[in-house]
Amino acid sequence: MADTDTADRLPPAVRAEALESLLTERGLVKSEVLDGFINRFVNDVGPMNGAKVVAKAWTDPDYHQHLLADGTGAIKELGFAGPQGEHIVVVENSDDVHNVVVCTLCSCYPWPVLGLPPEWYKDPAYRSRMVREPRTLLSEMGLDLDDDVEVRVWDSSAENRYLVLPQRPEGTDDLSEEELAALVTRDAMVGVARVGVS
Amino acid sequence: MDGIHDMGGMQGWGTVAIDPDEPVFREPWHGRAFAMGAMSMGLSGTNLDAFRHGLERLHPYDYLADGYYGRWLACAETLLVDSGVLAPGAVEARARNLMGESVDEPADVEENKPTYERGGAGSLREIDDEPDFSPGDRVRAKDMRTGGHTRMPGYIRGRTGTVHALRPAALLPDTNAHFQGENPQHVYTVEFDSTELWGPDAEAAMLRIDLFESYLEAT
Repeated sequence: MADTDTADRLPPAVRAEALESLLTERGLVKSEVLDGFINRFVNDVGPMNGAKVVAKAWTDPDYHQHLLADGTGAIKELGFAGPQGEHIVVVENSDDVHNVVVCTLCSCYPWPVLGLPPEWYKDPAYRSRMVREPRTLLSEMGLDLDDDVEVRVWDSSAENRYLVLPQRPEGTDDLSEEELAALVTRDAMVGVARVGVS
Repeated sequence: MDGIHDMGGMQGWGTVAIDPDEPVFREPWHGRAFAMGAMSMGLSGTNLDAFRHGLERLHPYDYLADGYYGRWLACAETLLVDSGVLAPGAVEARARNLMGESVDEPADVEENKPTYERGGAGSLREIDDEPDFSPGDRVRAKDMRTGGHTRMPGYIRGRTGTVHALRPAALLPDTNAHFQGENPQHVYTVEFDSTELWGPDAEAAMLRIDLFESYLEAT
């Protein structure tokens, strides 16, 4: 039985410190190793990786085809692989179909291309409602879809991870791949936003 | 198991706000909890499925009270205590001492890591069995009930859908989480119409979800 008296609960920051001290004094972890792990997800693994994948798919038809046929392989070609990316499936938005990704059972997320999930993705409200009332929830999150657009909700309940390939915005024909990548947001690659021209 | 983690379709959680300026780790301890949570699987001799089941086994209050990284931290403690790497109560006693109390810390206990066969790294496996189902087949999600780990959410049970795709075979979380063997199986993405899941007044949508072969039966 959990202690539900909040006055009695130990602050999680102290519990974390306690666990780290117990593990380090037993020689089971090194604090520098934890630092390295954290730094990797703060600096190197994040939505900027997925944005490069999307921008390349928008500008290179062969890569676009490869990405949809073999997401994991095409993503690895750009150097992105690792935990929570064993099998990545890329699903493409169009005028007729809108894809959005959720994990109702935990918060599975394609780490190699998007990094760690944001708070809203882990929110019980997102996990519970996206499978049941996706149009209402998307609208509350700022994305209104026409009634004739098919909504596909992907619940990542096994080891496949899903990345949404958003639609390339109008008026971007003159932009370079790098400039396009700068427009692509995490939220668009999960499917709760469109890519806009800022 | 039917726990707090199985959130698909629950009601009453309110709306979702996006913070565009959210850092990767909002608090320094979030990062520590993340890193130790990830390492706890190896340190306890367990696996990713056991970790997910560790999250599910938390009391619902503990699951929610300190958010995502709070449950990672609590789950790391659970796995390390289950495997005898740390004694029950060791983290709490150390935390109290760090806060200026003076409490006895429990003596170390004997290690009790699970022993079981692993078929390699990661979760994907090559298997020789022919898949039971093909894209286009109508299938029903079995009305499975278990107190253990499963990746079949409650909202799918007993519902009928259509196989959309065959995915790479993967080890079965239901047994792997309990160190009862990997039992790799075919995995299918199955599509359900929202009205099949939520009734005739459901919002128009198609739900696609990845299900293990033993979760499914032909209709």
